[in-house]
Amino acid sequence: MSWFCKPSSVPLWRDEFPVFTAGERYVSRRQFTKFLTLTSFGMLVGNLWILAQSWSRRAPAWPRLRVAEADEIAVGGVKTFSYPTAADPCILVRTGADSYVAYSQKCTHLSCAVYYEKARNRFECPCHQGFFSIADGSVLQGPPRRALPRVALERAGGQLIAIRVEAENA
Amino acid sequence: MNPNPPENRGLTAIDGAMALIVILLIVQIWLLSATLESYLAGHREAAIPGAIISAILFAACLALYRFVDRIDSDVRQDIK
Ligand code: FES
Repeated sequence: MSWFCKPSSVPLWRDEFPVFTAGERYVSRRQFTKFLTLTSFGMLVGNLWILAQSWSRRAPAWPRLRVAEADEIAVGGVKTFSYPTAADPCILVRTGADSYVAYSQKCTHLSCAVYYEKARNRFECPCHQGFFSIADGSVLQGPPRRALPRVALERAGGQLIAIRVEAENA
Repeated sequence: MNPNPPENRGLTAIDGAMALIVILLIVQIWLLSATLESYLAGHREAAIPGAIISAILFAACLALYRFVDRIDSDVRQDIK
């Protein structure tokens, strides 16, 4: 390990347990510096782990899921569903006679369920007053820093089909 | 009176290097949390620069540690 520490002619115990008080100051500083360097190595490992994860993750294959009949919901009405898995609650809103939007229902702050506030035409999170735009899911107010992931919809006849999630992290 | 007795030689340099390592480490901790935040937000392009900068910071910490270790072993050789 000569690249890490200078090779010493004295036995290790003497290196680590100095006889003189003066030597103690150096040992404690050296050991603390070694600890800091190893912590820095830990941070590097963390960054490499993120790099490995981002390389190994592939784009998911999105299932097609029938969400609702187009005329099943009134204008301004809401329907909840789960997409792409049962553990991913989503919310569908009919915003006009012929327009529908769907977003993940999990608040991007701490995952509380957002609801559609019809009077203000926005999504609201009751936990910490996080508000999201109905137009694009962006944050209007509150602690969330990321937009609500949007669920892309397709019209097939009279049916609304969820085809993928267009999140920042999708 | 000698203002810098032999048993204190190099202590200022060691303290300076330690302070520098602490600063580098704080930057590295911030970098890790920022890269993680960005990765979780789906921005994978931040992972490569994050890892490269983190490696550079670690190399700097390692160099400073070697510097401290060198002074330390030289001085203790003398005061033995
Ligand atoms: S969980 Fe929604 S604002 Fe905090």
